[in-house]
Amino acid sequence: MNPKNILQGENTDDFDGVGMEGNLQCGDQMMVVIKVDKEKEVIIDCQWKTYGCASAIASTSILSEMVKGRTLDQAFHISPKEVAMELGGLPDHKIHCSVLGDKALRAAINNYYTRNGQEDKVKQEQVKIICQCMNITDHDIEDAVLEGARTYFELQERTKLGTVCGQCKDEAELLLEKFKHIHFGA
Amino acid sequence: MADMKVYFDHNATTPLHPEVKKEMIAAMEVFGNPSSMHAYGREARANVEDARRKVADFIGAHEHEIIFVGSGSEANNTVLSLFVCASSQCIPGSRMRSTIITTKIEHPCVLETSECLAHRGVGVKYLDVDQYGKIDLDQLAGMLGNDVGLVSVMMANNEIGTLQDIETISRMVHESGALMHTDAVQAVGKVPVDVRTLGVDFLTISGHKIYGPKGVGALFVKKGIPYCPLIRGGHQERGRRAGTENTLGILGLGRAVEMRALEMPQEEERMLALKQALKDGIAERIDDISFNGHPTDSLASTLNVSFDGVEGEAILLYLDLEGIAVSTGSACASGSLDPSHVLLATGVDAERAHGSIRFSMGRESSMQEVDYLLDVLPRTIQKIRNMSTAYIKGGLHAASR
Repeated sequence: MNPKNILQGENTDDFDGVGMEGNLQCGDQMMVVIKVDKEKEVIIDCQWKTYGCASAIASTSILSEMVKGRTLDQAFHISPKEVAMELGGLPDHKIHCSVLGDKALRAAINNYYTRNGQEDKVKQEQVKIICQCMNITDHDIEDAVLEGARTYFELQERTKLGTVCGQCKDEAELLLEKFKHIHFGA
Repeated sequence: MADMKVYFDHNATTPLHPEVKKEMIAAMEVFGNPSSMHAYGREARANVEDARRKVADFIGAHEHEIIFVGSGSEANNTVLSLFVCASSQCIPGSRMRSTIITTKIEHPCVLETSECLAHRGVGVKYLDVDQYGKIDLDQLAGMLGNDVGLVSVMMANNEIGTLQDIETISRMVHESGALMHTDAVQAVGKVPVDVRTLGVDFLTISGHKIYGPKGVGALFVKKGIPYCPLIRGGHQERGRRAGTENTLGILGLGRAVEMRALEMPQEEERMLALKQALKDGIAERIDDISFNGHPTDSLASTLNVSFDGVEGEAILLYLDLEGIAVSTGSACASGSLDPSHVLLATGVDAERAHGSIRFSMGRESSMQEVDYLLDVLPRTIQKIRNMSTAYIKGGLHAASR
């Protein structure tokens, strides 16, 4: 196991964008840094560091190779599924660990835009509240799917969604199916 | 050295003892149902009863007090479930004493069963542990009362190896009129276990932790103690556990305890030397580590260490590539998002729990293996720390700045 493009040392000043995601309490944290050809808006170098498990290490290593030569916009839209495919597949319960790399990459790209006076290009991930009673968003639902929820009941167990008025059930079930399809091809 | 294989995960499971393997190969010919009256059945029965005597002798029990079960988990489930019978017919008075006391560091088969019982109306109280994993006897004294029916405290912890003073706990429990169970799955075969000295009413044993086969365990139930089977519908095991006996497993378990009785006495000193060498070597060669568990009241073969700034599953897999098998308290390896409940209960912070590794040695472990590990481990930790967002020498976190 020889992961590629690991950032040596602590100095991130030579890079054009820095993104950090996750936290140590949860047992995984990821930092991705990028160098950008400002004329073409193409990523010319991508390095990273992680406090994370082997799946996080392997998927970010692959991701850091994949993004080189891609435009910022292309890189922003790389999905965890593409990374997993490039890796030759990951066990279901490990998908959760592998999404940290592309989250940190997106944070790094947004950081680049901010630094270069292109705030208008910063892509906020759209967040929509699905369950008003418990304040559960579509992102919470996606996270629950990544962590193993496959049925509406399991989704409720993890998020407490729809446990008060229950009006969000249909919308939540659609999203459940959508994220199962996106991440697991189910 | 490159092809060296080091198995330091004996608390997870152990290889079959060669003598056990021989016994089981021979036992494959014994196919009769021990409940049958003909010669085939009688042969199987005689062998099963012989194994029962061996297990009973090993822990100082009477053979009638041993029930063969499918696993340590089944034994623990059986004991805890004794107390939920709503009718109180099997165990008179159990409705008055419907509270269970256990600890926060038990095996999940005790904790999850306790949670399930709580849903069914049983009162469950959890004892805290100190930084070394020892329960507080004063807290226990405060919890005991005439509502408590059962106290379940594990004898040796699987993750950190800490040993509890079961003898004293049993005495306190009996003085309050409750029954005492100990999950001795990790203790039996590693430290002397005598049910009379311990004074317990129930004790759990597993086969595969002591070089016996998987899928078999034994439950000690003291004579005269009320009992109610978990698996019903047969007269096997004197009506205490239905299901045709697992002859193969039971004979393997019988032989396994026999071999433990022979080998265990000389083993402890050797294990302590290995553990000391491992501990000293890690402390000398790797910065920013901490040892988990009790410094002395602990299994001689178990060492649990946290490495700052490194995630445990990454360590596990890098060591695996070098032929070394260990386990970790990291959440990633467990399939949940929470790290080891045992380490958290001892007050270790989540990050150090994620970065913990358990080394558990066994009868075939050698100083050569410890040396090999001490050669591989420092550079493995260094390699992972070099790619870590959470490590700067001296323990500062890059991310916290």
